[in-house]
Amino acid sequence: MSADTPTPKFTGVLGWIDHRLPVISLGYKELVAYPTPKNLNYFWNFGSLAGIFLVIQIVTGIVLVMHYVPHADYAFASVEHIMRNVNYGWLMRYMHMNGAHMFFVVVYIHIFRGLYYGSYKDPREVLWILGVIILILMMATAFMGYVLPWGQMSFWGATVITNLFSAVPLIGDALVTWMWGGFSVDNPTLQRFFSLHYLFPFVIAAFSFLHLVALHQFGSNNPVGIDITNKDKISFHPYYTTKDLFGLFAILLVYGFLVFFAPNFLGHPDNYIPADPLVTPAHIVPEWYFLPFYAILRSITFDISLFGFTLIDAKLGGVIAMFGSILILFFLPWLDTSKVRSANYRPIYFWAFWLLVVDVIVLTYVGAKPAEGIWPTVGLIATIWYFVHFLVLLPLLGRFERPRPVPDSINKPVLPKASPLGPQTQPAE
Amino acid sequence: MRNVLVATIAGAALLGAMTTEGRAAGPAVELLHRSWSFDGIFGSYDDAAKQRGMQVYMQVCSACHGLEYVAFRTFTELGYDEGEVEAIAEQFFITDGPDEFGDMFERPGLPKDSWPSPFRNEAEAAMIHGKAPPDLSLIAKARPGGPNYLYSLLLGYDEEQGLDLPPGNYWNEYYPGHIIAMPPQLYPDLVVYEDGTEATVEQMAADVTQFLMWTAEPKMEERKQLGIGFMLFCAAMTLIFYAIMRRVWADVKK
Ligand code: HEC
Ligand code: HEM
Repeated sequence: MSADTPTPKFTGVLGWIDHRLPVISLGYKELVAYPTPKNLNYFWNFGSLAGIFLVIQIVTGIVLVMHYVPHADYAFASVEHIMRNVNYGWLMRYMHMNGAHMFFVVVYIHIFRGLYYGSYKDPREVLWILGVIILILMMATAFMGYVLPWGQMSFWGATVITNLFSAVPLIGDALVTWMWGGFSVDNPTLQRFFSLHYLFPFVIAAFSFLHLVALHQFGSNNPVGIDITNKDKISFHPYYTTKDLFGLFAILLVYGFLVFFAPNFLGHPDNYIPADPLVTPAHIVPEWYFLPFYAILRSITFDISLFGFTLIDAKLGGVIAMFGSILILFFLPWLDTSKVRSANYRPIYFWAFWLLVVDVIVLTYVGAKPAEGIWPTVGLIATIWYFVHFLVLLPLLGRFERPRPVPDSINKPVLPKASPLGPQTQPAE
Repeated sequence: MRNVLVATIAGAALLGAMTTEGRAAGPAVELLHRSWSFDGIFGSYDDAAKQRGMQVYMQVCSACHGLEYVAFRTFTELGYDEGEVEAIAEQFFITDGPDEFGDMFERPGLPKDSWPSPFRNEAEAAMIHGKAPPDLSLIAKARPGGPNYLYSLLLGYDEEQGLDLPPGNYWNEYYPGHIIAMPPQLYPDLVVYEDGTEATVEQMAADVTQFLMWTAEPKMEERKQLGIGFMLFCAAMTLIFYAIMRRVWADVKK
């Protein structure tokens, strides 16, 4: 099927419905005939995978809610009830717990894919911004979800993170009291987190829909990063449906391994101890997907002063850096001034990209370490590099980097060896 | 394809970073390791060991520790029949009520009850033992090192080193900080095993660990069984869709 196949006229009952409610032809157009570049590699699988993990989270979450009790006195016990007495409750709980881990793995790969191939550039800026909004909503959702089982890490993680808002000048303390619904993390906090944890995934679903609308406006970017015509595109079905299903089952092997054979591998043992406001755990560590941001938060250990006046104290500085590290992504389409999308044709950006990957891995590592010894220094250097990459390097590279010649069609790359990793011009095998 | 490889390595490095260190908040000492029957993908509980462990728990640990989330009825999974389960439950007193006069009363345990704490509340427990003995239902998942930690802890006492400690404190190699409020529990032949196994200290420690792993993760065997089926199914589907994908893509010109 070529990408130019027109939408067929539906007949019979389908036709009757479609005439009045044109969702069938819409679905056909957007999911079956939808023209897709023929040279996408496996990194393009992760978008649909993210969607599937969102669905898995919503389905398992709704089943969990049927037995979960959002009350400080019962939450922990109700999760144990799910684990022991509800038929396949353990499965729902472990799927939900590890589904959150997988969701972040998949989304992070999806995001780095976008960074590498410049998918955020004109005309896909809004698509990218919608993605960043989804990331932020996901983080909020996962953070609040982690509070629900009301274990020690739930409680103390919530305490540490909500306390950050006390750094806001003037209204900080009032803001925190308002968020808690009291004077510490307690039952009102748990109940509102539960309410929002139920709500946010549906907001994410809505944003995912907009994300797709924006995607289909111009179609997928591709590894060469050039705009291509329909002659280099193929219909989504059957080419990418089969490829996505192959990718799905491959990733389910990883997910299944976690759920069935190592369900608590990525979790923290302390969360099997019921929350106790009187006992602080030795090390309060967030889930791994927050570690890079946690490292950035903790890397600012000094006040920023001018003529002896403290403008920004260390705590506020950390909070600004942490939120800044995410918010900066909103401006990425304008920070990166290069017109060339794919890193395959950008000799310097190529290395900058991989350095950023290493930098984020270092931050993850530092985030898991207690703030002693060399770790705060390493964290500070990695934090500085993170910001230098986005705020200094990217704007400058667009002006000073000499990109390699970009082919004008995905069929004939100008140079056979265009990048250190070889040109990405073959369709995925 | 090389990109996929690079990404896999980067992902693995990331996973490594978070799993090895993110959870290393445990004791700094190397734990005693044992090869457990429940380790690994095909691992399962050793039913005889579970029953022996339950015997140790009943005769020793239950004097101080409850199992709040473990109902006696689930002891059929240890290999007891319903009559035996009732007989076990009956040995405990459960506070129930209020009755028609508004009073609480004590009655013998029933299979539906869970293993009660021997104390009326945490404050009483802490008053008697210096520190409240924690509920052990989930202990095997609630400490870094899990079963190896429990096993090590039970064997980690050293009276020599503990000589100067104030009363009620004991020296334990594996407890974080080394000073623990729980007295050493296991002595050779402390229990007489119903199945005739020799009750060495290591044997009892291993058996009660096996029992506590089961209380923490009672669905483990069911989980792994389902998991093997799931993995086989997904592996087959992966291959099938790979083949279908290759067929479908064969007509796409490079
Ligand atoms: C005399 C009362 C008593 C008996 C009997 C007893 N314990 Fe304890 N146990 C305690 C106390 C008290 C603590 C709290 C110790 C502390 O944290 O300092 C404790 C703590 C523990 C802990 C948690 C250690 C940690 O890492 O926090 C485990 C595990 C444990 N006991 C296992 C057992 C097992 C298994 C048995 C039976 C073989 C047993 N206990 C019998 C009093 C007892
Ligand atoms: C974006 C999608 C979602 C993410 C990332 C997410 C994440 C999480 C996380 C990390 C936990 C803690 C798991 C644990 O450690 O035990 C959790 C718990 C929970 N979630 Fe979600 N969740 C999502 C969607 C949902 C939805 C849609 C619902 C309900 C409709 C839901 C209901 C619950 C419940 C009841 C719990 C507590 C039970 C438990 O802790 O296992 N979740 N969630």
